[in-house]
Amino acid sequence: MKATVIVTLKPTVLDPQGMTIHRSLASLGLSDITDVRQGKIFHMRLKDGLPPERTREQVERLAKEVLTNPVIEEYRVLWE
Amino acid sequence: MKFGVVIFPGSNCEHDCYYAIESVIGQPVEFIWHQDTSLKGFDAVILPGGFAYGDYLRTGALAKFSPVMKAVADFARKGGLVFGICNGFQILTEAGLLPGALLRNVGLKYVCKFLHLRTETTETPYTNLMGKGQLLRIPIGHGDGNFFAEAETLKRIENNGQVVFRYVTADGQITRIRTDPVRTCLAAQTAN
Repeated sequence: MKATVIVTLKPTVLDPQGMTIHRSLASLGLSDITDVRQGKIFHMRLKDGLPPERTREQVERLAKEVLTNPVIEEYRVLWE
Repeated sequence: MKFGVVIFPGSNCEHDCYYAIESVIGQPVEFIWHQDTSLKGFDAVILPGGFAYGDYLRTGALAKFSPVMKAVADFARKGGLVFGICNGFQILTEAGLLPGALLRNVGLKYVCKFLHLRTETTETPYTNLMGKGQLLRIPIGHGDGNFFAEAETLKRIENNGQVVFRYVTADGQITRIRTDPVRTCLAAQTAN
């Protein structure tokens, strides 16, 4: 089982890295891109045969309590 | 008054703090290891600057899980003085002991320079010997020093008189640049 956690800054939080990338893209002529927001992705591989419900709960908890600072960030978990 | 300076793996300003307490203000001071679980006997605890746990995930993000942080939270709840500098301030926000969070600097560059602070309140144990409006010329040095808090939180901090210092120009005018309350910023933690 694999889990992917995507952590991004909340829409209300300034993202200087995203803004800098956006400006650089514009200077490369990619002016159709109107906004860039940078985030983090955590790819996690889990042991086979784990109880799915408990595992999901644990990864959600990890995403919420460790990988994300709720003051400035939000997260999504994708499963495959 | 007995001071403690917490050492996390990756702290690098603990000796500055130790020296400042012992040699500058002449008070007893001891180091506290991040795995210690008791702050018995201390009157004030300093979380020094550095890069706790390497700061790889977010600044201060992993340090909040150190055993000592539970003791720091209990200590603060009971009215103990907790003082976070630079990375220590970031750890206090991550641990939820202070509101807000610290983002990357707006210009993305590490900022290292002298600037001025204006004393906004003298009604804290940290500033009660200073004059209101007194200017300090102080060095800063950080990459993630851009304090962020929701508008409501900022309003609450202002209304509660919890802004201890404000960044100003040399003649005392408020700077427009949103600069960075770390390394030299004091966290006022008062008993509820």
